[in-house]
Amino acid sequence: MVIPEGLYYAKSHEWVKFLSEDTCLVGISDYAQAALGDIVFINLPQAGDSVTAGEPLCDLESVKAVADVYAPVSGVIEEANQELDEACEIINSAPYDAWIARISGVTSRDGLMDAAAYKAHCEAEAQP
Amino acid sequence: MEKKTPLYPKHLEAGGKIVPFAGYLLPVQYGTGVIAEHMAVRQKCGLFDVSHMGEVFLTGPDALDNLNRLMTNNFSSMADGQVRYSPMCNQEGGVVDDLIVYRYGPQRYMVVVNAANRDKDVAWMKAHLSGEAVLEDCSDQLCELALQGPLSKAVLTKLCPEDALPKKYYSFVDPVMVGGISCCVSRTGYTGEFGYELYCAADKGPQLWDMLLEAGREEGLIPCGLGARDTLRLEAAMPLYGHEMDDGITPLETGLGWAVKMDHDFTGKAALEQKPVTIARIGLKVTGKGIVREHQDLFLDGEKVGVTTSGTHLPYLGAPYAMALVELKAAQPGLQLEADVRGRRVACQVVPLPFYKRAKA
Repeated sequence: MVIPEGLYYAKSHEWVKFLSEDTCLVGISDYAQAALGDIVFINLPQAGDSVTAGEPLCDLESVKAVADVYAPVSGVIEEANQELDEACEIINSAPYDAWIARISGVTSRDGLMDAAAYKAHCEAEAQP
Repeated sequence: MEKKTPLYPKHLEAGGKIVPFAGYLLPVQYGTGVIAEHMAVRQKCGLFDVSHMGEVFLTGPDALDNLNRLMTNNFSSMADGQVRYSPMCNQEGGVVDDLIVYRYGPQRYMVVVNAANRDKDVAWMKAHLSGEAVLEDCSDQLCELALQGPLSKAVLTKLCPEDALPKKYYSFVDPVMVGGISCCVSRTGYTGEFGYELYCAADKGPQLWDMLLEAGREEGLIPCGLGARDTLRLEAAMPLYGHEMDDGITPLETGLGWAVKMDHDFTGKAALEQKPVTIARIGLKVTGKGIVREHQDLFLDGEKVGVTTSGTHLPYLGAPYAMALVELKAAQPGLQLEADVRGRRVACQVVPLPFYKRAKA
């Protein structure tokens, strides 16, 4: 399980990469993609929409099931990664390159974890 | 508390992701993932633990009469070593279960039933037995493995002579010594691909599993989980109990009329004769964006006409498909329907079944 340093993570397994004080990229973690299995469709969010931390951002479909991706921060969607529309399998193969949305106007980082804290969170969750 | 099949430690060893299914803890997939497992079966071969399936033996002078009365298919013309599929109906014509019957002799049959229905089936059959016939549930004494895919024969013949194997589809040989283990081997499966199913004593299962995987190393044989089992059967448009049929859906409604023989008396026959068939099982190719899964309402020109019963992305065809039960007016191939996917309308086209049919060798 890969958890890069320098990114922030939400309990619901999204990663956040800050590009500036109030703009970030958002994707799902290696742990999340492994749990979902082969991803075959992403219903991308709409640019211009406001999102709230902890609320659904978009949904992802694996062969087995549908899963919600939650917004790890509040803000406005500046852009969705249209490349995923045709090639969502890169979420499996390169989860930290496969950003889903760029969010601007981010006001708070509450609840986000650093790599060490997120690793502990994943380990706790993996306990039967 | 879920049960474990004798192969449970093997699944952990192979990196299986374990989920509860039909009262058992079984691997939904291994590290390779559903798509790779699915493709292995279509192009090479895959090995499944299907020990959760139930095996019930029916024996005695009146065994055949009982089978014919319990099942919609007719078993009178069967020869020893043949296998036959059948639905089993209730009085209303709904499906109690669908199953396959192995004829060992005129007075001895093995009935293989769905794991989730095993207790219900045994109770139903016992309650409806008559004359001299004895029912014995041997499910816990047996392991069942499915070796499926075009290279299955190449793998299996490393462990037994080719002439010991069943040659025709839906036939079996018992015993076949497979690497020294006594097995019942049938040319059956639930993948739409060439393949075999092997039954052996429960305590020999892990050894048979290891020998097959070892024998199939060159051929690219990999263990496959429930996820691939489901996508493979869906791609081949094989109905699954609890999805395309249940106690309230008749075999005629779900397109199993070929296994309903009106030339004999059976439970549910009167209901099937009287009840007009107003729905049909259809195939849908998703033409809009998204995945259409089960229990999604279907609309024709804005009017609800049915509901999907199974659906996902199908790996070999590389696109999303679904099966559905719809009113007859919506069953014509070529029609455009819409599926309600969590509030979003997704376009689908009615297409003929099966979605995938293997090329004859």
